[in-house]
Amino acid sequence: MMEAQYRAPGSVDEAVALMAGAGGKGRVLAGGTDLLVQMRAGMVAPGLIVDVKRIAEMTAISQIAGAWRVGAAVTGAEIHDHAGLKKAWPGVVEAINLIGSKQVQGRASAGGNLCNASPAADSVPALVAAGAIATVQGPNGRREVPVEQIPAGPGKTSLKPGEIVVSFTLPARPAGSGDAYLRLIPRTEMDIAVVGCGVNLTMKDGTCTAARVALGAVAPTVLLVEGAAKALVGSKLDDKAIEAAAAACRAACKPIDDKRGTIVYRTKIAGVLLKRAVAIAAERARSN
Amino acid sequence: MTDSSRQRVALALAINGRRHRVTIEPSTTLLDLLRDELGLFGTKKGCDMGACGACTVLVDGRRINACLALAVMQEGRDVQTIEGLAEGEALHPLQQAFVEHDALQCGYCTPGQIMSALGLIGEGRATDAAGIAEQMSGNLCRCGAHPNIVAAIAAYAGA
Ligand SMILES: Cc1cc2nc3c(=O)[nH]c(=O)nc-3n(C[C@H](O)[C@H](O)[C@H](O)COP(=O)(O)OP(=O)(O)OC[C@H]3O[C@@H](n4cnc5c(N)ncnc54)[C@H](O)[C@@H]3O)c2cc1C
Ligand code: FES
Ligand code: FES
Repeated sequence: MMEAQYRAPGSVDEAVALMAGAGGKGRVLAGGTDLLVQMRAGMVAPGLIVDVKRIAEMTAISQIAGAWRVGAAVTGAEIHDHAGLKKAWPGVVEAINLIGSKQVQGRASAGGNLCNASPAADSVPALVAAGAIATVQGPNGRREVPVEQIPAGPGKTSLKPGEIVVSFTLPARPAGSGDAYLRLIPRTEMDIAVVGCGVNLTMKDGTCTAARVALGAVAPTVLLVEGAAKALVGSKLDDKAIEAAAAACRAACKPIDDKRGTIVYRTKIAGVLLKRAVAIAAERARSN
Repeated sequence: MTDSSRQRVALALAINGRRHRVTIEPSTTLLDLLRDELGLFGTKKGCDMGACGACTVLVDGRRINACLALAVMQEGRDVQTIEGLAEGEALHPLQQAFVEHDALQCGYCTPGQIMSALGLIGEGRATDAAGIAEQMSGNLCRCGAHPNIVAAIAAYAGA
């Protein structure tokens, strides 16, 4: 492949110092399911690989006052096995568990999925719908960033040089909340989303009191569709409200035409997935 | 770059219960360590990019693609490969089930299929044939032996 140096620091501070010392040639390695493929293809040639899998804060899942904190390098397999997280955020968990095969799941992380910045990354619309906040640390210290502000275009993020995503915080929310993520792909696994849709709802006495909707693979970055959320909030999730939310999703789409789907098809599917994801999230909200 | 500028790192890990100490370049994948440095050719290289599952091994009991993991990341871990299954001439019961169910043709995917199946059984998810097929979808067989592979795993797992 290439002649990179390798380091596996035990703390975020050390990792950030190593990245700073590498002067722009450093690359974070989490699961490596994107990075190793890209290195082998000659697309990237880091001078220093900083393996973050030995950093406790980045590989732990914890609950603080109803909020969940998920280390950016936690694997999909570990998330799958976490009953508490699955109960609180089934949509986020199922989105992360759609990444690749079971073998890929043994390594792949949500942090890598976000920072690889594919417009079709499966975990990202679910995290955005959840209102997840990323904790980011770099040479100038720590900051908190809403996940939707991190992707900047295909393969690009808004992270500053040397910054590392440490963890995601999924906020506490009231009883009667539920989330869901659905994607359309030509096969059932091992393919890239044509459209992905994350929905997060809170219901009170049959009325929707809070909603967030996010779409993947229909624009250069994930879309937070505020128009769709507005259409749902205050409604009983009746056909009219759901159709208005679907229309907002279709209107937000700026997709590409490719072999997986035309612009017309992707736009139509965005509305269909919204309706189905709302139904699942609402069902979960009722039983939660 | 000249050889002297290459970092080589010492690595200690267990493979099939035996401790190994090696010195390798950091960019060596676990798959290349097994095959090229240790001569364990049972783990196969199909696509070398995570798509086929031929290189599946267990690390601390979990199945991963050895082509998508750096060897240096396995420091202190316990790696299981196909070579660790048989006891001398006696096949592991899952290997025996593959033979009995004719679950292979060319056999290239077989070590990966068997290691993946052991991972799947360890996850407690080998409950029925449809579930096994779904959970084995990261292992491709270009000879098309999938139905017999599923049957062999189901027979072994008692599903
Ligand atoms: C066979 C196969 C199937 C796949 N299927 C899917 C799929 O269905 N859906 C999908 O969305 N993706 C899929 N992927 C892509 C990939 O598995 C995911 O994007 C995965 O989540 C990447 O995580 P990772 O931990 O392996 O990242 P890595 O490869 O370790 O890192 C990816 C990138 O992010 C950077 N990075 C990683 N962590 C951080 C961090 N904490 N802070 C800053 N930068 C960081 C790295 O430097 C690198 O540039 C697939 C890949 C393969 C090989
Ligand atoms: S060789 Fe590793 S998945 Fe194909
Ligand atoms: S037996 Fe030939 S690839 Fe599976």
